[in-house]
Amino acid sequence: MIFADMVTWLTDPSHWTGPGGVPARVAEHLLYCVLAVLAAGLVGVPLGMFVGHTGRGSVLLVGASNVLRALPTLGLVSILYLIAGGGTVPVLLGLVVLAIPPILAGTYAGLQDVDRSVVDAAKGMGMTGRQLLWRVELPNSMPLLMGGVRSSMLQVVATAGVAAFVGLGGLGRPLLDGLRVLDYGQVVSGAVLIALLAVLLDLVLAGAQKLVVPRGLRLIAGTAGRRRTQRRVEEPVQELVTTGGQQETGGTRA
Amino acid sequence: MIEFRAVTKRFDDGTVAVNHLDLTVDAGTITVFVGPSGCGKTTSLRMVNRMIDATSGTILVDGKDVRSADPPTLRRGIGYVIQQAGLFPHRTVLDNVATVPLLFGWTRRKARSRAAELLELVGLPASLGKRYPVQLSGGQQQRVGVARALAADPPVLLMDEPFSAVDPVVREGLQDELLRLQAELDKTIVFVTHDIDEAVRIGEKVAVFRQGGVLAQYAPPAELLARPADDFVAHFVGKDRGYRALSFVDASGVEIREVATASIGDAVSQASDWRLVLDDGRQPRGWLPAGSTVDGQVTEDGLEPGGSLYTLGTPVRGALDAALSSPSGLGVVVDEEGRYAGVLTARQVLDLIEAQRGSRR
Repeated sequence: MIFADMVTWLTDPSHWTGPGGVPARVAEHLLYCVLAVLAAGLVGVPLGMFVGHTGRGSVLLVGASNVLRALPTLGLVSILYLIAGGGTVPVLLGLVVLAIPPILAGTYAGLQDVDRSVVDAAKGMGMTGRQLLWRVELPNSMPLLMGGVRSSMLQVVATAGVAAFVGLGGLGRPLLDGLRVLDYGQVVSGAVLIALLAVLLDLVLAGAQKLVVPRGLRLIAGTAGRRRTQRRVEEPVQELVTTGGQQETGGTRA
Repeated sequence: MIEFRAVTKRFDDGTVAVNHLDLTVDAGTITVFVGPSGCGKTTSLRMVNRMIDATSGTILVDGKDVRSADPPTLRRGIGYVIQQAGLFPHRTVLDNVATVPLLFGWTRRKARSRAAELLELVGLPASLGKRYPVQLSGGQQQRVGVARALAADPPVLLMDEPFSAVDPVVREGLQDELLRLQAELDKTIVFVTHDIDEAVRIGEKVAVFRQGGVLAQYAPPAELLARPADDFVAHFVGKDRGYRALSFVDASGVEIREVATASIGDAVSQASDWRLVLDDGRQPRGWLPAGSTVDGQVTEDGLEPGGSLYTLGTPVRGALDAALSSPSGLGVVVDEEGRYAGVLTARQVLDLIEAQRGSRR
């Protein structure tokens, strides 16, 4: 049985030590993800704030987001890797490109979603554009902005396995290596570890969201917010199914 | 004082929202802009604090052209209250009220203590300061909106349909509160509404706008109701304007008389006349019907609910309504504390109105 194989693989102490061990692979995976999402945030949040505040370039933003989303990460990473001639940077770049759209869209939607009467009142009381942005629009965007960060993180965690495809580490390794030698216990272990990491990271970000979303807004969200969180936790499973499929075909071809 | 001089606003699509408006809002008064939707009343208001810029013409606030300052500076000196209150959902009530003082660079501490004073001024308990807007009722939110607009003590207050999103009972309370505040603060207030009742109730002067942004009439409410300038104004102020005009007729000449009264728990026998039942504080509870079969003790259950009450010293409209709405045909008159003072009939009120009409001619 495949799950019995998984348990056997996971409980083998030799798989938990050394540079190829589970802890090292998790650390690599985590590093790729956190770096990619941070970089995406540095691009996506200011850009989303600019477009959301000024209303300028929203058509371009939606178009560009869709184009970015449509790019197949595996292909992108492979091309970048070949152009760059190796290294971690192409992989990270590919992940950043994947991570930007949700954060950008979340930030933009957050600013757009601020009640028009609130913006009108803020202007009418004499706030400058900058004061309006930082004191009113940004704090009120936090729920949707953080939602964007969370879904971005989930996508990146699920996709960071492609690093293994170009010979780097991360939890894609056991997946790919296992396929090569038809050790399905190892493949499933890799997949399950990625799923666990995704759930864990989402929980951490949910905690962070509680810290940055102002209390007055959390009171409004109430039950609706809780439902949204649940839906998001279910997402990684689907993501993994599709990513796993990609990996498998890629592996057989290789 | 706010002066509109030949002000016109034409939007980019060619619509003329305000057409050559000349109007002076006197200092220390409540002036109401009223009219159907699309008449330019809100546009006119929003041109004062430059939320919208006029296409041509000049607007002066206390003699200064509004274009002489940049919009944020201008707006900080003008209170602004809008329909949905527009409170900041992420800030506490206290911090909402402290917004403009903070923009002026006050310390947080000083701004908050000023905000606490204002909550008290608009009749909200200090404990509400720590709450968030979502935890307040619509009426409370509007009060906070008014407090926020008053925080930096601006001489001019712009109010854009501030009470139209709350239910009628709450709205009336808010209107009374505004009048009470104004008696205390003496601001120059421009108030926009589409509700003519609200306009004549709170306005010292009312500007009626018609479609296309044309000022149809600018007059005190009593004059507006008594002598509408044209058919449009007459139609807009409504069919029962004759009745509404009674809000501006003094009722001090009306004579009130006594009626048989009883208290809850009194032993009474059958009687052929209506008797008014009072509580311990001599406030009216209801009527004991003529020829009622109540025998023995008067109980709450045996009462017919009374009509509206007329408070001494208020206009004639309330007196007539008290008489018309009373089951006995006798309008109950109370003093300022709500204690029974006497009764009057509709006939008496009508005679008074006739007499006053005669004396005016």
